[in-house]
Amino acid sequence: MDAKELNRRQFIKVTTATAAAAATGIEGIIAARRAPAYAQGTKLHMVRWVDFIPESDVELKRQMPEASKALGAEVVLETINANDLQPRITAAIQSGSGADIFIMLWNWAQLYGSSLVDVSDLATALARSEGGFYDVWPASAYVSGKWLALPHSIIGNAVAYRRSWLREVSANGYPKTWDEARRVFAQLKQKGKPYGQTLGHTFGDAPTFSYPMLWCFGGAETNPSGAKVAINSKGAVESVKFMQAFWKECCDEGGLAWDDTNNNRAFHAGEISATLNGASIYIVAKRQRDKIKDEKGEPMWQDIDHAPLPSGPAGRFHLYLPMSHAIMKYSKNPKLAKELLRWLHKKENYEKWFLTQEGYSVGATKSWENHPMWGKVDEPLRMFRTAARTTRIFGHAGPATAKATEVFSKYIITDMYAKAVQGLSAEDAVKWAAAELKQIYEG
Amino acid sequence: MKKPIAGGAGSVAGLEVALPHPRATQPQRLTRFLENERALAAILLAPTVLILGTFIAYPFIMGVWLSLSSTSVGNVGEFVGFKNFAKAWNDSIFRTAFGNTFYYTFWATIFKLTLGMWLALLLNRHFRGKRIVRASMLLPFIVPTVLSTFAWRWMFDPTFSVLNWLLYKGGLITTKLPFLSDGVYGMWCAITVNTWRGMPFFAITLLAGLQTINPDLHEAASLDGANGWKRFWHVTWPLLKPVTVVVVVFSVIQTFSDFQLIYVLTGGGPANSTHLLATYAYQVGVATGLLGEGAAISLFMLPVLFVVVWLQLRYLRRMEGA
Repeated sequence: MDAKELNRRQFIKVTTATAAAAATGIEGIIAARRAPAYAQGTKLHMVRWVDFIPESDVELKRQMPEASKALGAEVVLETINANDLQPRITAAIQSGSGADIFIMLWNWAQLYGSSLVDVSDLATALARSEGGFYDVWPASAYVSGKWLALPHSIIGNAVAYRRSWLREVSANGYPKTWDEARRVFAQLKQKGKPYGQTLGHTFGDAPTFSYPMLWCFGGAETNPSGAKVAINSKGAVESVKFMQAFWKECCDEGGLAWDDTNNNRAFHAGEISATLNGASIYIVAKRQRDKIKDEKGEPMWQDIDHAPLPSGPAGRFHLYLPMSHAIMKYSKNPKLAKELLRWLHKKENYEKWFLTQEGYSVGATKSWENHPMWGKVDEPLRMFRTAARTTRIFGHAGPATAKATEVFSKYIITDMYAKAVQGLSAEDAVKWAAAELKQIYEG
Repeated sequence: MKKPIAGGAGSVAGLEVALPHPRATQPQRLTRFLENERALAAILLAPTVLILGTFIAYPFIMGVWLSLSSTSVGNVGEFVGFKNFAKAWNDSIFRTAFGNTFYYTFWATIFKLTLGMWLALLLNRHFRGKRIVRASMLLPFIVPTVLSTFAWRWMFDPTFSVLNWLLYKGGLITTKLPFLSDGVYGMWCAITVNTWRGMPFFAITLLAGLQTINPDLHEAASLDGANGWKRFWHVTWPLLKPVTVVVVVFSVIQTFSDFQLIYVLTGGGPANSTHLLATYAYQVGVATGLLGEGAAISLFMLPVLFVVVWLQLRYLRRMEGA
């Protein structure tokens, strides 16, 4: 009899603590030191891209059992090729089943808005506690007055170049303007050391080059309201003309068929002298110093430096890659998914991932600019610290709507340059792009 | 003397029939029902109809509905008539993909037919190791398209192409050939890979057709003084025509709607010069999320394939009737 009463009391204690933990969220869970009351066998599935810094995926996968323990549910992380993300998201939304959380690149939250859970509570709390988001985030993840994706990080980009090779052609540092760059890389191409740039159908390195190329000559997709296509302009034509010359005189012309990995491999193989990329070329070269060597047999990373894209007549602009996480509306566990995102952004967890990136990604919020890591990283990586302050996003000069995402997904801006370097006149290439943009923005 | 008939009146079995037997009525009804030819046909056809309805008719009707609607990812669309078709037709990328699809199908089918026929004729001869050669010939057809296309992509790689390396080392070229980085080269690379992959299907089917031809016919033609070409043209080819037409129909359908090969090899680039209808429909419908527009683009294939199949089957029927 006594023993039975004791068991009942124990049972009540346990269930009360568990219920309290579930009701008060992750803080409550940690305080109660128990997993929340999710049904046994509850799974949470998260899909991210395959990171260009492999150590970061290793770290995140290492964190998953910890997250599972903290949340009382099995958290599964799946990584897939970035070019396969959009098809996978579309299939998941249409079938109403799939991962609970997807990584969102660029401004995809605009495109999939009707299928995403409002995470304004998480986003507001994160921005408040970490010094605010960068300016690119509202255009990327804030849709119709709601945060539909939780900002996670921004991947900066810069031109990775071989210091010694540029010195060979008397370049004192990296060229500041595109005209200077043309002079330098024309000489290098003649020496068999061209500039490497993709103009292929790929999600990262192609648009991060082609959009700033348009902007730095004063070109724009639309007018400021986004209602009228504005690409058929003198600036756009000038930028295409410049690109035709730069391509022929300076670039590895195989770049038309490159994806986001080709320039990394070409650079590490000593085939190209410079390329626009994230910091991964430098970081991987340093981490694999025994394998990646220069023509003298020395570790190549010692000869790599970074510089921002050169300026054009209208200035210097960048397109960096914002990465956020979105919870899908069809998810059976949206609250749990929110708790996972909150857990991932807890300073002690996020920091471990952030450190593996070594500057390849910067934080979504400004406070990560002040992290002590920046004082310890190598000089060529320090320029990425404040990179996220200046980026633009698709659709400029208009808003970054779903239509701007459609232009990106169809590679229209990149193909405008690709067509021109293959022989179409600059005027006709711009006209072609204008006709395609009109179908999307004004159709 | 008359012997009693088993089961007849007065016998034990006859008595048994006379007794009430409640279970016997059920199987009798079922048997009577199954004896009805119409009912039996309906029952036997039902699983097939269900499978065809679920996996072919439903997706097809759904595709037609999507193409007539403004459906986009996560948003149920409205009926928009033929707006998506009109938009596709006014889109220069679509028109490029449309033309590419015809070009790609035409040349790949010609090459597959020519080389497949040549291979079938070779394999129809007797030589040592014939079985091994026949089996190994099927390898390109057996290996998953994605895997073999990745291998080809590596061979055509713009920077590290092993083919360029071989040609350069062999003194045949002085600069790299732009296999995938030039629109024209890219399309011909795709046609080459498609031919390599599809040729065994032609060869093995035509070989089966060749083996049904009576050798006496060739012998008689030889005795009449016909040379190799004349024997092929006047004996082999007329008898092989029905098989050839069927193989070509299958191949045209598969090639016209090809997706995997282009998706892996070029992604439709450079600058859309290798996009086919299937890859562009995928880019618009799945990657961009415009499901209605994507469905409309893919449905452009339907009338074309319908006409091709109809013409070829009509030709086949006429030959059978002759």
